[in-house]
Amino acid sequence: MGYDSIVCVKQVPDTANVTGEAMKADGTVNRGALPAVFNPDDLHALEAALQIRDGFGGSVTVLTMGPVGAAEVLRECLYRGADRAILVNDRRAAASDTLATSYILSRAIHKIDRFDLVFCGRQAIDGDTAQVGPQIAEKLGIAQVTYFEKLVDLTDRTIRVRRNVGNGWEVLEARLPLLLTVLDSANEPRPAAAKRVMRFKRARCPGEIGNQVASAMPTASAAEKEAEQARRAELLKSGGLLIEQWNLDDVKADLQWCGMSGSPTKVHRVQSIVLTKEGFTPVEPNEKAVRQMIHELIKDHTLG
Amino acid sequence: MIEPNRKGEVWIYAEQEDEHLSDTSVEMCSKARELADGLGVAVGAVLVGWNVRELSYRLIAHGVEHVYYVNDTRLEYYRTLPYARVLCQLIAKYKPQIVLYGATPLGRDLAPRIASEMRAGLTADCTDLRLGAYTDPRTKITHENLLLQIRPAFGGNIIATIVNPDRWPQMATVREGVLRMDDGDPRRSGRIIEEKIEFNDFEQAVRLIERHRVKRKVNLKGARIIVAGGGGVGSKDNFRLIHELAGVLGGAVGASRAAVDSGFVGKEHQVGQTGTTVRPALYVACGISGAVQHRAGMEESAKIIAINWDKDAPIFGVSHYGIVGDLNKVIPMMIKAIRERG
Repeated sequence: MGYDSIVCVKQVPDTANVTGEAMKADGTVNRGALPAVFNPDDLHALEAALQIRDGFGGSVTVLTMGPVGAAEVLRECLYRGADRAILVNDRRAAASDTLATSYILSRAIHKIDRFDLVFCGRQAIDGDTAQVGPQIAEKLGIAQVTYFEKLVDLTDRTIRVRRNVGNGWEVLEARLPLLLTVLDSANEPRPAAAKRVMRFKRARCPGEIGNQVASAMPTASAAEKEAEQARRAELLKSGGLLIEQWNLDDVKADLQWCGMSGSPTKVHRVQSIVLTKEGFTPVEPNEKAVRQMIHELIKDHTLG
Repeated sequence: MIEPNRKGEVWIYAEQEDEHLSDTSVEMCSKARELADGLGVAVGAVLVGWNVRELSYRLIAHGVEHVYYVNDTRLEYYRTLPYARVLCQLIAKYKPQIVLYGATPLGRDLAPRIASEMRAGLTADCTDLRLGAYTDPRTKITHENLLLQIRPAFGGNIIATIVNPDRWPQMATVREGVLRMDDGDPRRSGRIIEEKIEFNDFEQAVRLIERHRVKRKVNLKGARIIVAGGGGVGSKDNFRLIHELAGVLGGAVGASRAAVDSGFVGKEHQVGQTGTTVRPALYVACGISGAVQHRAGMEESAKIIAINWDKDAPIFGVSHYGIVGDLNKVIPMMIKAIRERG
């Protein structure tokens, strides 16, 4: 018994703390200058899945797509209690818009095969689109409930959930499988567990092992490096510390629907925010100046 | 997806709940009218529900020529799958070139589901829409009169223009409150076209058990004047000054995220990217530094007064009047000046 959950998580640039260096002179974003963080809403998605596993049994698998460095958010999930972690990494997935991304993630979910629930955060702070969750649900041919806030009931594969739509809430009932996008008000994410940090801080995906080997044996031949990488991966695997890494072939993705060619939307132009007002009328902080300003606002019918 | 169809109409999804059209739906009518005039095509609206035919006339007054009305008891309350079925089927039948949705909780649930099924592009949370040409940098092919979908990205630090050159319809969700709502003209005429849609069992499988709606107590969007406080106000006690000035001006109370997070005032007052987008006649920003996320929600205000200690605060960059000083002194001066104006 129990329920198997898949949680889609994302490593994002920390857009909440953008500093001057984050924007290049040409108005594009200097991703290198922004620290990479765990997308905040996704921590709540993970927590929702962990609570269902802890309450009903089952498993939690975390899935992300991104560069090799994105394995860091998977380790964060392992520290918090995830059972299995998978990175989808492929250069051919670069420049994917939400549609291509959801297609690739849905292919990976097909490969995982057994699942009852898929969880996503409400949205990611780099794009704020909130589109990938519903699009994954459509690709999987399952129903979706967005803005999940509370589990009301879960009995015999029938789930009741409360969703918060801002100006109210509703309770929906659905049969599993189901995809949920989770609000930050749904729960308080648990912190990393010290014991699990001790254990999983050495967890690595093959791409990371490859990087380690390359810097440890700079003069070795390609074949030697490959052998060493395989040896280290095998060692981690036997200790349950290998983060799985899949490419687009592994998930049997049709390349036509991935990356640039799979993305109907194209970025035409990007501008950094320019302040539109040419300059303002300075008003001294004294009664006379303030009265003058109010007078002007009455005169131009802004007030009154 | 559908093939590019230059004769296709410009559509909006006319969102209604409890027999009320959402503001964004009406706002979008004017924009759709403008786009359709530029393209020389008609404006269509998809209206879904049970016994809401009356709403068609308001849409028509705001510039819609064809209302595609789907009337079904099973559609009385919004549920993703049957509503998505309606839109997908009508899009496949009529092949509109543009479909716009409000970036409301409902629109942001519905539109991606449709985009995925249609394998068409979708741009979230646009703040402006225009027509323009786009040249594909690889093929060098120029596409004229595409929908330019303009939106903030990266936490509001950049403005991106997105296009969807060939996998149509061109679809976008539009942020609430950013488009101007016109007055509407009851003399306009249009046609109501009733459509019937069949649903399968899967589309009916999610059941609505309970539904609760609350009236918005704070009406920021409708306010002509907003007095907003930020972290610089300092305390919940000090925030009374903001309420007081708003009271004297007959305006609403707004807040930055910093003020909300500090517990000075409730989240329903928040202006900005994660709160409400406003464009009042006057916006008074008190102790608000002006992070991009906040500016994105208020910079379209007709007049902006900023009061801040820090002369380098970014809020001054979007202001018309800037007062560098202590808001605890300046606000009482303003209240006094307003009371004395008579």
